[in-house]
Amino acid sequence: MAETILELNGITKIFPGVKALDKVQFDLRPGEIHALMGENGAGKSTFIKVIMGVHQAEEGEMRLYGEKVNFKNTKDAQKAGIAAIYQHVTAYPHLSVAENIFVGHLKRKHGLVQWKEMYQEADALLQELNADFRSHELMGNLSVAQQQMVEIAKALSLKAKIIIMDEPTAALTKRESEELYRITRKLRDEGVSIIFISHRFEDMYALATRVTVFRDSQYIGTYDVDKITNADLIKAMVGREIKDLFPKPKVEIGEEILRVENLSRTGFFKDVSFHVRKGEILGLTGLVGARRTEVVQTIFGAEKLSSGKIFLNGKEVKIKCPSDAMKLGIGLLPENRQIEGLILDWGIGRNITLTELGKYVSRLFINENLENSSSKDLAEQVDTKAVSVFDKASSLSGGNQQKVVVAKALGSDFKVLILDEPTKGVDVGAKAAIYEIMGDLAMHGYAIIMISSEMPEILGMSDRIVVMCEGRVTGELSREEATQEKILELAMAKQAAAEGSV
Amino acid sequence: MKNKTLLKNSKLSDLLRSREASLLLVLILLCAVIQWRSGGKFLSGTVVSQLMQNYAYIMVLAFGMLLVLLIGGIDISIGATVALSGMSTCLLMRDGIITNPALAYGFSILVGAVCGLVIGVIISKGNVIPIIATLGMQYIYRGLTYFVSGTLWVSADKMLPGYKAFAQGSFLGINNLFWIVLVVFAGILLFLKWTGFGRQIYAVGSNADAARISGINIDRVKIIVYTINGSIAGLAGAMYTSLYASAQGNMATGTEMDVIAACVIGGVSLNGGLGNGVGVFLGAITIAVISKSLSLVGIDAFWQRALKGAVILLAVLINVLVQRNASRKALEGREI
Repeated sequence: MAETILELNGITKIFPGVKALDKVQFDLRPGEIHALMGENGAGKSTFIKVIMGVHQAEEGEMRLYGEKVNFKNTKDAQKAGIAAIYQHVTAYPHLSVAENIFVGHLKRKHGLVQWKEMYQEADALLQELNADFRSHELMGNLSVAQQQMVEIAKALSLKAKIIIMDEPTAALTKRESEELYRITRKLRDEGVSIIFISHRFEDMYALATRVTVFRDSQYIGTYDVDKITNADLIKAMVGREIKDLFPKPKVEIGEEILRVENLSRTGFFKDVSFHVRKGEILGLTGLVGARRTEVVQTIFGAEKLSSGKIFLNGKEVKIKCPSDAMKLGIGLLPENRQIEGLILDWGIGRNITLTELGKYVSRLFINENLENSSSKDLAEQVDTKAVSVFDKASSLSGGNQQKVVVAKALGSDFKVLILDEPTKGVDVGAKAAIYEIMGDLAMHGYAIIMISSEMPEILGMSDRIVVMCEGRVTGELSREEATQEKILELAMAKQAAAEGSV
Repeated sequence: MKNKTLLKNSKLSDLLRSREASLLLVLILLCAVIQWRSGGKFLSGTVVSQLMQNYAYIMVLAFGMLLVLLIGGIDISIGATVALSGMSTCLLMRDGIITNPALAYGFSILVGAVCGLVIGVIISKGNVIPIIATLGMQYIYRGLTYFVSGTLWVSADKMLPGYKAFAQGSFLGINNLFWIVLVVFAGILLFLKWTGFGRQIYAVGSNADAARISGINIDRVKIIVYTINGSIAGLAGAMYTSLYASAQGNMATGTEMDVIAACVIGGVSLNGGLGNGVGVFLGAITIAVISKSLSLVGIDAFWQRALKGAVILLAVLINVLVQRNASRKALEGREI
């Protein structure tokens, strides 16, 4: 029982400026599905990359079948029988399924590729997995779930004895997830050991016998799944009781500011209606694929609207591009702040003033003194931890980057702020700070729309919750009536009914 | 958070560590080697003033290219734009429609601006990638040059005397064409560093997604930048034809490569968002020095091109190595 095939001890990995892993440990038994859980940024993905030889650990040792190993690259790990299926499928969309399966170890005879054998073997592997497509298919034509199956087939073709799955269910529908569970169990029964990374509890309950929790780059503990309660597990992951995390102030809610009616964008969402009032935090939630981001990007003018109406202070408005929205007083803090929120190579100050450059220009030229002092004030308002406003945005932690994005929005005279996953990839301490800022903003009369996939955040911060599923609004809950179960029910409500109809 | 610390900025160490400082070093080194190999002939008044006069149009073009590269674009049609604008100006002069040198310059700039505007619209509204759009337009503009001229030349005697004299004349001991370079240089410096639009150019090139979400109209920025670049190419067309006192259909062919090289030597990133006027000015002078000196040093004409390429690569390499060293030092200074 206590036999282990893979064991890691005291693993430390340092990136410039940040300790990504701090003396973590892990062990894997033969034929076991071991869940690895933790919040975003807990170090799970880095840990996997250390196992796979993508990153080299600064400290610690790894033992495979009791022997010390040191993988210099992924090839070494593959040779030793370890395969990883990454969060974002790393496939070649323009190649066939068979080529994707055998990439890196093409079947060759006298230097020539043996196509026929390869297709046959690939088909055999796919059949074993009950796949509904053939190996001639182009990778790019497959759904995410099917592509993942190809990745699994690839792991099998490498004769992997240990398979690591990094958030495989993140982009899957419920039915696809079930299919993945089935395959995963089958692999386990055939003697493959699996490390299953996820932050979904349902994945863990469906599959794993043991669960290891990381938090803030550290090892917290390993538990038997049937012996730990949900609450204890959350506490292990988050590090404190949930209710302490959300300092939501009581705010007098004023008149309606923004209302959208029957917003539709062909192929993405349909008939989305909601409104938000002064001082109110409206939570917009749903599972992956609910199209929340698309909805707010459309309101903001970053995407084109097919039909529907947007009202601001009761008057209908036309928004064609982000600058229209901003002139009207709608600000968006995008989900992916490193791609859409900030210019990482720039200093904090310049990032903050970018939205409202006009304010700092007098007679054609930028007044740098004014720019610097204003950006400094704004950065301090949200308590950004940095040496100076000339520090590059890339040198900041995720939480501080998010604060800069907030500061950027504060520089403009917005009435409505849309926050898309404001705490994604932010450590726990900074999360609390961001919640505090949100509460402050609401008190100052901003109408706030917060998109979040994190249930505790939605429950803790929202005055009202709108739930979406596959491009439609499936329900609205007040703060008092909302529970995790009710939200989940709505988030999965239309799964069957709405398929293909947006 | 202390109030003072948030505004701290060490200007001097920044300056010494800057790309421009290392580039200046490379340039001085290059001049020293040439001076030595040419037996002291290089750094003379005549050679330097010839260099400033003959390569002025390349330097001016480099500033336009800087803007285009900064937004993450590229323009390989500028040689053809120089030809088209220069040719059409000279044709109108020949036919007696343009009777004033200043008007000739103005008309050439206008033709260039239209050329640039068309490119900008194709790239932003048509969503064509810049290298393809300008590749296509390069052929079109070159073809138009032959078309409007009927493949004829405009020779010196058909041009306004004032037009030709301008390129030979000087003010305060500096050639008029080089004055244009200095004026454009100063304009670009001010424009990029101190205007809101200059800042937007950097924003678009550094991160177009973030710029868009920040409310910047990216299409507008692109169109304006390509139009400015076109106008500068038009200006260069007038400079070129007044300097050589002739307009031919194949003039300025391949100029874009020298111009892009000048920018790259000057530290402009082809990925956009990185580069400045000072670097490009130094880069353009470097290109001019390399081009001018090869014959002085007594290198066989056949080898001059190959050697030019080698020196360009060397200059870029040295600059990259110095930079890498500097940024590594900067990283080491960061706390973990």
